[in-house]
Amino acid sequence: MEKDNRKKGVNVGLRRAVAYLVLILITLLCLIWFYVLLINSTRSNSELIMGFTPFPSKYLVTNWVNVMHGSLPIVSGMINSAIVAMCNAVLCTYFSTMTAYAVHSYDFKGKKPIAAFILAVMMIPTQVTTLGFLQLIGKIGLEDKLLALILPSIAAPITYFYMKQYMESNLPSSLIEAARIDGSGEFKTFNTICIPLMKPAIAVQAIFTFVSSWNNYFTPALVIHDDAKKTLPILIAQLRGADFLKFDMGQVYVTIAFSIFPVIIVYLFLSKYIVGGVTAGGVKG
Amino acid sequence: MEKKRKSHSVARYNKWGYIFLIPFAATYVVFQLIPLITTIYNSFFENYRSGLTIIGPNYVGLENYKTLLGNGELFSYFKNTMIMWVLGFVPQIIVSLLLGAWFSDPSLRLKCQRFFKTVIYLPNLIMASAFAMLFFTLFADGGPINSILVSLGILDEPYQFMIHVGSVRGLVAFMNFIMWFGNTTILLLAGMLGIDTSLYEAAQVDGATATQIFYRITLPLLRPILLYVLITSLIGGLQMFDVPQVLTNATGDPMRTSMTMIMYLNKHLYSKNYGMGGALSVILFIITAILSLIVFKTTASPEKKEA
Repeated sequence: MEKDNRKKGVNVGLRRAVAYLVLILITLLCLIWFYVLLINSTRSNSELIMGFTPFPSKYLVTNWVNVMHGSLPIVSGMINSAIVAMCNAVLCTYFSTMTAYAVHSYDFKGKKPIAAFILAVMMIPTQVTTLGFLQLIGKIGLEDKLLALILPSIAAPITYFYMKQYMESNLPSSLIEAARIDGSGEFKTFNTICIPLMKPAIAVQAIFTFVSSWNNYFTPALVIHDDAKKTLPILIAQLRGADFLKFDMGQVYVTIAFSIFPVIIVYLFLSKYIVGGVTAGGVKG
Repeated sequence: MEKKRKSHSVARYNKWGYIFLIPFAATYVVFQLIPLITTIYNSFFENYRSGLTIIGPNYVGLENYKTLLGNGELFSYFKNTMIMWVLGFVPQIIVSLLLGAWFSDPSLRLKCQRFFKTVIYLPNLIMASAFAMLFFTLFADGGPINSILVSLGILDEPYQFMIHVGSVRGLVAFMNFIMWFGNTTILLLAGMLGIDTSLYEAAQVDGATATQIFYRITLPLLRPILLYVLITSLIGGLQMFDVPQVLTNATGDPMRTSMTMIMYLNKHLYSKNYGMGGALSVILFIITAILSLIVFKTTASPEKKEA
């Protein structure tokens, strides 16, 4: 009996050791790229050509200054990306909450088919409607405008779906009715009762929308042609297309680092909410 | 009773349901529904640019579809996409199942779970184009990976990752694996934590080993979520674009063996070949619609669990 117990204990201990070992290896596998990126963005071109060393050098600022004076408009790219991503995060979460509120708290004719329709179109990839989208924005004068990347985010079926699910368990209808009895208008009730109660869900979706907009490459690359309006992913792709060997590798690494690290820093502060919000569904890769 | 009373008192306000729907409906119709319809419409016309002259639009019926499905190009890009997706998905699902089983195993009591989950999810948020650019520089002929492998004596001379079919596809698949296994792990873990623990306890009392429990209890009960993960990942895989596009500088080299379907679509859109682009969009739309239908048919249960 005792022997049996001990054997089991060793077994669990061994399994735990294997689990930790694999987890540490996987952690390294996930992080090593960013470590190399960080190190290499602090080194000068001549140091980089000599080969890899795991220690940082002192050229980070020099590389950054060179990038700012280089041919790619990285700074304006960052500003454009930030503007688009922030507008998307605000518009998408606010109007998705509004849409979810409409379906959640009102009983109107045609509500069921509308809800079913939104659910059905959730999985349609933006890529398959891009052709029509490009023609449309050409006709209504939005071509080559950042607005063309911002406005469509008002209708986001996946965010709507998340909001609606969250509402079902977190927005008691008694509160809405109480507000009505107190004479609050419907629009005011939505802004002062519903939005504050939805804050946790809005925060999660705002982060997701911000990040996916910040990273979005396909549509912006087809919509934006003017250098001054380009977002970061377009510039990164342009960097790839540039005559590579002529480039200062230190600048290349710094450019990549400045596209990646803002998101990593935000993530490290908010990871608790983000990891919790993953199960909400949607398309993956 | 409760519900009936609620709907009655709400009746007066119901027109606000429509008002609150206006922003979504208007935006959806303008920016997604109309584009979808015009995309389909375009697929029946010959409409492209040859130099500076615009050819068409001339109605050609199903001619674009015939060309697309007939010339074998689309099929080979479909094959590329699927090969790279499978190469990334298989290790992804294996690692995710393993990690999920470990995280959810009460007898292991792993510490620092928050830390590990945070780390494995991190690559999912990275800008895919920047990540591909990073890999391109790291795996370049004179890049750090080659420099490390040569200095360790593993390679005699730098391996040219970008000119071999296997290494380019492998890199794309590897990046997709790194970017998505954390997401899959968290989804599967949620499913595993939803399994009734008394089942595990009963199995343990009966003397089942951890491996037996995994194959006989966890996996069968996880099937709906596994299917959900498989199909959503397949839908995402069909949309594979950023990574191969930036890694190969839009060429899909070597010899277009890493050209995906969306890269092909992007090419048509970029050169304003609206006829072929439209037909390709419609084909992608149909494939995605079928796959989505399977998702909805099979995953009513895990979604209920979440709510």
